[in-house]
Amino acid sequence: MTKPSPSDLAPAPKPDKGNAQAGRKAATGAYTPASVSPNRRGQRRFAIRLWSVRHSRLLEWVYHRFASVFLALHPLWRVIGYARAEAPVTLVERGVKGVLFDCRMCGQCILSSTGMSCPMNCPKQLRNGPCGGVRANGHCEVEPDMPCVWVKAWEGSQQMEKGDAILAVQPPVNQSLRETSSWLRVTAAAAQARDGEAARAGRPT
Amino acid sequence: MSGSPVDLLPGHSSRGRLEQVLRRGEFAVTAELNPPDSADPEEVYARAAVFEGWVDGINAVDASGANCHMSSVGICALLTRMGYAPIMQISCRDRNRIAIQGDVLGAAAMGVANILCLTGDGVQAGDQPGAKPVFDLDCMSLLETVRIMRDHAKFLSGRKLTAPPRVFLGAAINPFAPPYDFRPYRLAKKIEAGAQFVQSQYCFDVPMFRAYMDKVRDLGLAEHCHILVGVGPMASARTARWIRSNVPGVHIPDAIIARLEGAADQKEEGKQICIDIINEVKEIKGVSGIHVMAYRQEEYVAEIVHDSGVLKGRRPWRREQDPADAGVAERLDAARGGEMQDQESLAETAAKRPH
Repeated sequence: MTKPSPSDLAPAPKPDKGNAQAGRKAATGAYTPASVSPNRRGQRRFAIRLWSVRHSRLLEWVYHRFASVFLALHPLWRVIGYARAEAPVTLVERGVKGVLFDCRMCGQCILSSTGMSCPMNCPKQLRNGPCGGVRANGHCEVEPDMPCVWVKAWEGSQQMEKGDAILAVQPPVNQSLRETSSWLRVTAAAAQARDGEAARAGRPT
Repeated sequence: MSGSPVDLLPGHSSRGRLEQVLRRGEFAVTAELNPPDSADPEEVYARAAVFEGWVDGINAVDASGANCHMSSVGICALLTRMGYAPIMQISCRDRNRIAIQGDVLGAAAMGVANILCLTGDGVQAGDQPGAKPVFDLDCMSLLETVRIMRDHAKFLSGRKLTAPPRVFLGAAINPFAPPYDFRPYRLAKKIEAGAQFVQSQYCFDVPMFRAYMDKVRDLGLAEHCHILVGVGPMASARTARWIRSNVPGVHIPDAIIARLEGAADQKEEGKQICIDIINEVKEIKGVSGIHVMAYRQEEYVAEIVHDSGVLKGRRPWRREQDPADAGVAERLDAARGGEMQDQESLAETAAKRPH
């Protein structure tokens, strides 16, 4: 009879309990849609997204310059046709915002109201603030490795000039705008508002 | 129109008893019903019976913790049939805006006078992590949706309702999770979206709650919203530890666990801690009531409410017949009456025309 080695005597590792194991649960077949993927993102680094939040004020400034350039290009968009410009602009937008914010292309960007932290990265896709499940260390209840999107959003908004926008109640997401360009939509709306104003100012009373 | 226990008072948005109690400035008590994993209505009735005469409203939870149970709509249907005052919870996890708006109308038609709008736990927390998380709305847009239905008598799409759902709107707050300084502003957002009362997550850290309430009062929110503090007994130190590490958003300080551990009878001590916390929070300005979550210890709710003395001798809600029941009885009578008349006329024709 052989003596049991110390490793045989050691108790088997206890199975993990609770919702802390989102990643592992996902690996067992839990639902992981393309847009919200606990497992994949659990392993990914959030360095760039967190950098963007830390530099929310800079990005806010950059965005405002960029938006006015886009608005100045309104005649060009009109010549090309907003519908025809959609595909290439969407491609660029997805690339740029994908790198900077892990953008999910909801098509109705509210980064300016959320401290440059994309709310669609929240597993519950909350657009109005953090849920009640945020861990004491500021991480997500569903994805324990990820800092809560809304904890970061609050930090980011505190540095921004128009950070108070985070206090506005956001309407529900219009799912029919998914995968479309938010930049072009905002530009078209701004151009329409500008032209409307000009028309009103120009009209003799 | 829709059958609910009391008459609609001017300025009130529902016919519910809970709204009247809160608006009168009385200290309200609500409790949470543990939903059965069963299709037997008797189980719901039995579980509701232990609250009778001790609470102003019974929360019918919507698959809390993403664990599947009898639906909140079903529980509310049973409770209103018996004349109880349910608070129907709606979570955004399982249904999209189409289903939710339909449920709101159905619930209001059954006499549900209180609706609590929640985001809901992630599906990963529950017993079926493979389910698809919906989250079409979030708690804020859900509040706004129901408010629009009630105040403007229309769906989110703008289509008109012939009778709006007369409901008292609630939401949840958790002052005990980060980002702590954003939490009071989040309550402000919820009030803006339509919340008239809020129930908090388990409160075990009274100083933390007091700091939160200070900020809430500074923002002037306490006047616009009735705040009910979530409390509950812990069965043992082990349970408390388990809940702390496994239930999202519950904050239990070490001192509470140490006090439980040091007690000879941990269950009794758990109840005593709960009563002590009630007595502390009821003195905080801006607190309008308590919400007792005694999961699997529902039979102690009456004792806790009694011993804490928060009701001051008031006997909240007696079971009352729903006025809608009279309508149903009338219709049944009419249906029966019609049939009898038919038979009579048939007999008459038969008598007049013998073969």
